[in-house]
Amino acid sequence: MMKFLKLKPNVGLLSIPYSLIFIFFFFIPLTLTFIISFWDYNEYSIIPDFIFENYAYIFKDCLNFEKDICVTFKTYLSTFIFCFITWFFTLIIGFFVAYFLAFYVNSITWQIVLFLLCTIPFWTSNVIRMISWIPLLGRNGLVNDFLLSTGLADAPQEWLLYSGFSIVLAFVHLYTLFMIVPIFNSMMRIDKSIIEAAYDNGANGLQILWNVIIPLCKPGIVIGSIFVITVVMGDFITIGIMGGQQIPSIGKIIYVEMSYLQLPAAAANAVILLALTLLIIWIMTKMIDIRKEL
Amino acid sequence: MLNKKNKTYYICVFFFCLFVLFLYGPTFTIVLLSFQGPDGGLTFPLNGVSTYWFEELWRGGSVVDIGSAFKRSIILGVIVMVLTVLLSVSAGLAFRKKFWGSDTLFFATVASLIVPSIVLSLGVALQFRLLDDFTKWLGSTFDINYINEFFQTTLGMFTSGLGAQLTWTLPFGLLIMFAVFNRFDKSYEEAARDLGATPWKTFKEVVFPLIAPSIIGIALFGFTLSYDELARSSQVMGAGNTLPLELKGLTTTVTTPVIYALGTVTTFVSFSVIGISIVCYIWLKRKRG
Repeated sequence: MMKFLKLKPNVGLLSIPYSLIFIFFFFIPLTLTFIISFWDYNEYSIIPDFIFENYAYIFKDCLNFEKDICVTFKTYLSTFIFCFITWFFTLIIGFFVAYFLAFYVNSITWQIVLFLLCTIPFWTSNVIRMISWIPLLGRNGLVNDFLLSTGLADAPQEWLLYSGFSIVLAFVHLYTLFMIVPIFNSMMRIDKSIIEAAYDNGANGLQILWNVIIPLCKPGIVIGSIFVITVVMGDFITIGIMGGQQIPSIGKIIYVEMSYLQLPAAAANAVILLALTLLIIWIMTKMIDIRKEL
Repeated sequence: MLNKKNKTYYICVFFFCLFVLFLYGPTFTIVLLSFQGPDGGLTFPLNGVSTYWFEELWRGGSVVDIGSAFKRSIILGVIVMVLTVLLSVSAGLAFRKKFWGSDTLFFATVASLIVPSIVLSLGVALQFRLLDDFTKWLGSTFDINYINEFFQTTLGMFTSGLGAQLTWTLPFGLLIMFAVFNRFDKSYEEAARDLGATPWKTFKEVVFPLIAPSIIGIALFGFTLSYDELARSSQVMGAGNTLPLELKGLTTTVTTPVIYALGTVTTFVSFSVIGISIVCYIWLKRKRG
């Protein structure tokens, strides 16, 4: 062992086990998904073939403009809307939390403690964090109790839970951290003397924020946005639980098709979802070089 | 200056406190509700105080076999943790220099974090299904008795489930290693090398103690992310479900605080692991300093 290492070992070889995992559980599965999206299937098995039916089926009725918008486009539209609203709120909240941590907390120890405070929920169960909204938002939940007792509402509000509202709320609750971390990281790299210079030249707080801090945080904002948008794009669990299994999403279509063993159909949907996600990321990464940001 | 304690400062403090309340408040309510009496329901008001629902959970009561799901989750979590540490630390060391395929591997790492989990889960499920078909074909073609009689599926917690979870935990591990080595002072290492230490010895005596606290961080990510992982493993766990998968099923069927009791227990496990990690981290940092 010692002797082997003395012979100028090629350190690159150390990446082999890591690479093998990614070849076997990332490259091959995604390639197979692409291939199988062109296969045929029946109730029992998937049949090697080269057909476009799986894709055609997804967009069946979509080019018929006389009818209402097709189910596929409706689902995509609804998912995009969730993406956008979630992105908006996580960005605003994440930015200001990071801003507070980076610029208003002076001691490094406190910075770490408060940062950890924001991070710890990320290491706990998402499902638990979702169901923990039930006692608050449910028909007899705390929020409704409050609304009824103060007379702000005269009947329990049904839209609080198992609705688009609760879905967005859960997304923001679960994923704001994805914005905080990269934005905080960008902010910590800002040279404080730049801010002082702006201040000395008479810029007020708002001007510094808008003209100095936000432009310098752009990489962090982009990375955070990529995380949030991709995680919402492919979601089926949060939308399932918080939407009371009533609201469609792209991820849920795939999930349902899999449970009926319509694997090639699911694969076709997965390919489209992946292509869309990559397109969004590609557009966003045009703005920055991720590798420099670590 | 920005750090003056003016009005904006207090607004920011207030905002931050609200955010923390938003993060922890709901979890706190279910912990509270899990300690209700036997008449308790899913919402407030609290009906008495007891540990009834924990006993109910312990007995198994109306719920599926939570005990074994819990055990499975812990075992898988530990395995994922160990593999995440070993593989991402070694890959992190490799990445300090450019090597053949390093750009592709980096791309795969980032891509794996952002590829929709359901897509990856589907891919792995398809792969193992084909593997099953292939194994069965082998069995019937070459008349291999063992396969024909006993083989059921290659899909399972420690095959496809483990792999799918690793595609989620490894990127975090590697990115932490990147962050560590970007700030790493190479002069210690060079000094060791100049004094004639072998690469292995340099790693063991110099590099490892320096990165040890960060390795705790990687271990924390490895365990907790596996322990709570749901989307990627949803299609590939085979026969035995992990705790999060059981929990997801329970959200639609269980209507008693037993689910809150379960939530309290898993949250407690997560918090213990986080607490232990933080203590270890601080201890290692102190020891080094």
